[in-house]
Amino acid sequence: MFDAFLALLKRDLLLALRRRSDILTVLFFFIIVVSIFPLGISFEQAVLQKIAPGVVWVAALLASTLALERIFANDYADGTLEQMLLTPQPLSVLVFAKTLAHWLLTGLPLVLIAPLAGLQYHLSASTIGTLMLVLLIGTPILSMIGAIGAALTLGLRGGGVLISLLVLPLYIPVLVYGSGAIAAAAQGDVSLQPYYLLLSAFLLLALVFTPWATAASLRISVE
Amino acid sequence: MAINWFKYSSPSSFYPLAGKMIPLFMTLAVLLTLGGLYWGFFETPDVLSDQKQYYRIIYVHVASAWMAMWLYVVMVAWAVLGLIFNTRMSYMLASATAVTGAIMTALSLWTGAFWGQTSWGTWWDWDPRMTSQLILLFLYIGYIALQSAIEDNRRSDRASAVLAIVGLAVVPVIYYSINCPNPNECASLHQESSLKRVEPNILIAMLVVTAGFWMYCFAVILMRVRNIILQRESHTQWVDRLKDKK
Repeated sequence: MFDAFLALLKRDLLLALRRRSDILTVLFFFIIVVSIFPLGISFEQAVLQKIAPGVVWVAALLASTLALERIFANDYADGTLEQMLLTPQPLSVLVFAKTLAHWLLTGLPLVLIAPLAGLQYHLSASTIGTLMLVLLIGTPILSMIGAIGAALTLGLRGGGVLISLLVLPLYIPVLVYGSGAIAAAAQGDVSLQPYYLLLSAFLLLALVFTPWATAASLRISVE
Repeated sequence: MAINWFKYSSPSSFYPLAGKMIPLFMTLAVLLTLGGLYWGFFETPDVLSDQKQYYRIIYVHVASAWMAMWLYVVMVAWAVLGLIFNTRMSYMLASATAVTGAIMTALSLWTGAFWGQTSWGTWWDWDPRMTSQLILLFLYIGYIALQSAIEDNRRSDRASAVLAIVGLAVVPVIYYSINCPNPNECASLHQESSLKRVEPNILIAMLVVTAGFWMYCFAVILMRVRNIILQRESHTQWVDRLKDKK
């Protein structure tokens, strides 16, 4: 079981690294969205510091939904997904491997590029640390919840927009506490621990339930 | 007496049953709603705490807000039944419920905006309860969108059922996160639930109108489900015979 997990993870990463443009598109989408907000609102330092948490998180949510369709679409198109459903391995484990690969390719780069956004918005070094940490805890949740949406809309016309419609409302708790933590860190005198604990709790819940729900959705979509 | 519940899980036997129930529920809906509104408008005090006549929108607002929440649970219950027993009828009921639920949610937001304008002086405020009602509307819309995006009925039924269940599982977390965006402290503009402190006449009128809304929802859901049945079963013999009769 673990071998299958590793094999699938390696395969997905390898496939994605052979087509690097896919990863870079998501990354640049994030950078562009974060960069155009000040153009539309204001260059004032105080305003930018105020809107930074929300902007960074909303950009991360949008970037994440943008890439969701690809988790299963290619495998579905060439029939690999059907073979996966037929293997004796538990589908939820395979699904988890694919979701993890997806996060490593789209979520992790966002975490690593986030300090750049922090500098654009004049955040202090410690706030940037918080920013990276909450993104590190939060983006895997986005990938895992999003995988359910991707599985449900598999192979549909206009699937991309539909996924956003389905999963964005479900992202709200992560958005609220993710940006809340950054705002609290910028403010300075508030305890950050509750935010980290809540986000980690969401992460654990998502780890337990979403692979299973995604597997069920895949079976419905592919049968 | 043993009742065979599964008899009515077949569209051809549920269709006439629904037809018989609709007039009953509709009559009850009209009687209860009109009765409750009459009581609410003429037999209650003119002032509720510091609010004047305009508080009377409460009869429509609270009833529709309650229906919006309950219908989501009803919808998920049908979706779960559908996944367990694999009955087509359950899915049809779930999708019929979704539309009525979305309408009730929109109605509660709309009446809430009017009430907010008169009592708080603003059409909209990012108050926890309003925001969660808005999110509920998004969930309904997501359900309906997914259902109409998939052409194969069987797949669309089951996929949207899974979505509804996931939604119900996440709703408490969303509700909590909106209610308490800062875990170090919590606050809200809507007062805490104050049913116990409300004048009994107002409460009775409100509950009667709510019962009327329930009956109305039953009636329109059954009407809608009859349409869905006819649409999906249009190729069958019993629908053809129905046409001949008319």
